[in-house]
Amino acid sequence: MRAAVEMESGMENIDDNNLQNGKQNSKPSIQVVRDHDGQHPELSTNSDYIQVQNYSFYYGDTQVLFDLNMKIAERQITAFIGPSGCGKSTLLRNFNRMNDLIDGVRHSGDIVVNGQSVYDPLLEVISLRKRIGMVFQKSNPFPKSIYENVIFSLRMAGRAKKSELDETVERSLKAAALWDEVKDRLHESAFSLSGGQMQRLCIARAIANRPEIILMDEPCSALDPVATGKIEELVHELKSEYTIIIVTHNMQQAARLSDYTAFFYLGKLIEYSDTEKIFMNPENKQTEDYVSGRFG
Amino acid sequence: MSQVKERENKKNQVYREKGEPFVWFAAMGLTVGLLMVCFLFGLIAFNGTVVFWPSTIVEVELEDQQSSSIKGQATIAGVAEGVRTRTERVLDDSIVPQTYLEERFFVGNRDVYGQSFTHFRTSKVVSRKTPKEIMLIERGEWGDALVYPEKLQLGSGQTIQAKTQDFLGTLGRLVVEVKDRREQIANIDRHQIGRINFKMRDIELSLRYFEQKGNLSHNEQETVLDLKNHRKELEQQYQILETEANQLRELQSLNRLYYRLPSGEQGSISLGDVYRFTLPNQLSFFQKVGVFLSEFKDFIFGYPREANTEGGIYPAIFGTFVMTLIMSIAVMPFGVIAAVYLREYAKQGPLVRAVRISVNNLAGVPSIVFGVFGLGFFVYLLGGTIDQIFYSKALPSPTFGAGGILWAGLTLALLNVPVVIVATEEALSAVSRGVREGALACGASKWQTIQSLVLPASLPGILTGLVLAMARGAGEVAPLMLVGVVALAPNLPIDGNFPFIHLERSFMHLGFHIYDVGFQSPDSEAAIPMVFATTLVLIALIIVLNLSAILLRNHIRKKNQASAF
Repeated sequence: MRAAVEMESGMENIDDNNLQNGKQNSKPSIQVVRDHDGQHPELSTNSDYIQVQNYSFYYGDTQVLFDLNMKIAERQITAFIGPSGCGKSTLLRNFNRMNDLIDGVRHSGDIVVNGQSVYDPLLEVISLRKRIGMVFQKSNPFPKSIYENVIFSLRMAGRAKKSELDETVERSLKAAALWDEVKDRLHESAFSLSGGQMQRLCIARAIANRPEIILMDEPCSALDPVATGKIEELVHELKSEYTIIIVTHNMQQAARLSDYTAFFYLGKLIEYSDTEKIFMNPENKQTEDYVSGRFG
Repeated sequence: MSQVKERENKKNQVYREKGEPFVWFAAMGLTVGLLMVCFLFGLIAFNGTVVFWPSTIVEVELEDQQSSSIKGQATIAGVAEGVRTRTERVLDDSIVPQTYLEERFFVGNRDVYGQSFTHFRTSKVVSRKTPKEIMLIERGEWGDALVYPEKLQLGSGQTIQAKTQDFLGTLGRLVVEVKDRREQIANIDRHQIGRINFKMRDIELSLRYFEQKGNLSHNEQETVLDLKNHRKELEQQYQILETEANQLRELQSLNRLYYRLPSGEQGSISLGDVYRFTLPNQLSFFQKVGVFLSEFKDFIFGYPREANTEGGIYPAIFGTFVMTLIMSIAVMPFGVIAAVYLREYAKQGPLVRAVRISVNNLAGVPSIVFGVFGLGFFVYLLGGTIDQIFYSKALPSPTFGAGGILWAGLTLALLNVPVVIVATEEALSAVSRGVREGALACGASKWQTIQSLVLPASLPGILTGLVLAMARGAGEVAPLMLVGVVALAPNLPIDGNFPFIHLERSFMHLGFHIYDVGFQSPDSEAAIPMVFATTLVLIALIIVLNLSAILLRNHIRKKNQASAF
């Protein structure tokens, strides 16, 4: 198993042209909705934007991530897939060190974002989290007004200029495709929104402070197909500005949305490649079984 | 046959599976609890309100003078308070003891009869009637009088017979006058003279300080002179007020009401002693309601008389309210801060567990122990130190070094800290992980998360803790007896004299009032209605305080809660 991981994690042949070609002969079960215009994803992105280096992670004595190595490209959507308990969420939550909240965790190896280790003792975890926004599985709006929800991170940073706040609210809500629905009731409770709107509000909140990366932990798992569709559209829009890592259990979603897909199993990275390859032509038997629905 | 049995078995099985007996059992438990609460509250509410309802006075004629427990009286009038069956006590076994009915009457007129109640056998009653003209007089001393009015002797020498038309009108007018004058006198005594006394005390203290110091500088000698002049001025003002009050007092005793007791004795009363008179047997229902409301008002807003057994309980209500407020203000920050540290910051381990167990056990310590602690720590240590530093002029008479409303409030706060800590911890742990993680992911620090989201979200739970603490604190008596409660406080803890809030003052408390009136007063039997009424007011006060906290909590909860879906 260890050998397999090393082999797979060594793969870095990220070729944007492959993405485009693979799309034309996709299986009918997987609908491709992105890049209708045939445009290439931007080539100028830094493919080594996030580097996971020999990274292992432990909850107490239990090892949950085994010596991971991967590189995540800037301003692309990367999907993490795998059965429950495979460690994909754990890895995601380590990018902004959310796992620090849990007692008795430790790690070895390193995660480097844009040239700086997230474990750098000189780096304040607060400023790290300002650079890396996060959207959770269950939408978690704060018991405040819609307006206050969006500018929460600015308030926490001590910024209180009215014009700046107003501008941020409008920009973030527009980016989250929520502006038209809520612009007349910004000061009502966030709980007056529907489930899908709440999740979009959480996305607006995550991008209010202009982070570099957005982590999404199964953002659509509690939503109906219509709301899911809206979120997916939104995520795709956001790609032009943000690096997005999304954990999902929904195979079609990963296929529709992501540029790259990583398949995890039992804490190991089994296969990581561009999405077309993972879904059409996986190298690993386990990956093939999983994406075709034979197990997991 | 077997089919029937089988069906029966099946039925029983279904019955057991549903857990029906347990549901019934649980429902029974709840019913018993509810019944007990309703019964107790109903008892208090009923007995606490009938006190103010004017009841019919019955005049009873007995067979002979030996029949009533008031010796020498064959005719008595009073309020029937119930009948009970009694058995004669016999010493000789051969005699079969007789059973008989005994009635109990509230007869009033304690000045003449020496007691407020009488008992007599129903079989001894010759006749009963409800005389229209009998009058119930609420007096300044000796409790109520039940009499037949005869004449009104005015200060001008004029006499108005009770039979004449304008008797009741004149009496009513005069009683209102008397009441107004009484209020004027009380105002002079309580406020104006009180203010002068308050200033005088300051001056006396300063003078004594200089006296003891001796060897005064020029400046100080001037100050002493100033003070003495000021004292003289105040003394003059005092004389003026005193004269004014005395003049009013003289006016009070100008007119006299002459009356005859149902049993025949003659008597009279100065109108200054009459607080209220009614003709209960002539009142219509609405007039009774009027009397009821007016008596109730006097009870709530009046000052106590006659060793607390008569008059109102305003100082006790006020004292209880202020003390509960002080307790709430003191207990909230302590409890909440302790709980936040315990739940959010302290590393969960054996030490924190031990602390938590200790806090919970603290709630089980007898309250009198807290009273002793309050006396030793707050009153003697803290209060004594404050006196030495800030009020050394007044020593050896204590200022903060004696029981006071502040120390009582703090003692109760200590008593209730565990309640608030437990409730707050519960509320903090109920704040969802999602909200916390969301805030942290937005780049908020832990403290910012707690302060801007976790605490507001747990405010309803914290207020629940406050409700529990207030209910317990307002009803507690034992510790207060050591740290500042008195049966009769000369001044309210808040008044018009600078600095307006006098936290060092001893105060009256409804719970202690109940104990004092019910068990320490000279005529505790006559005070039973007062005890019920005071209990009712105490419960009502706690309900009002709790309701306001609960309404506040619901308001916040509504604001916080999800209304979607």
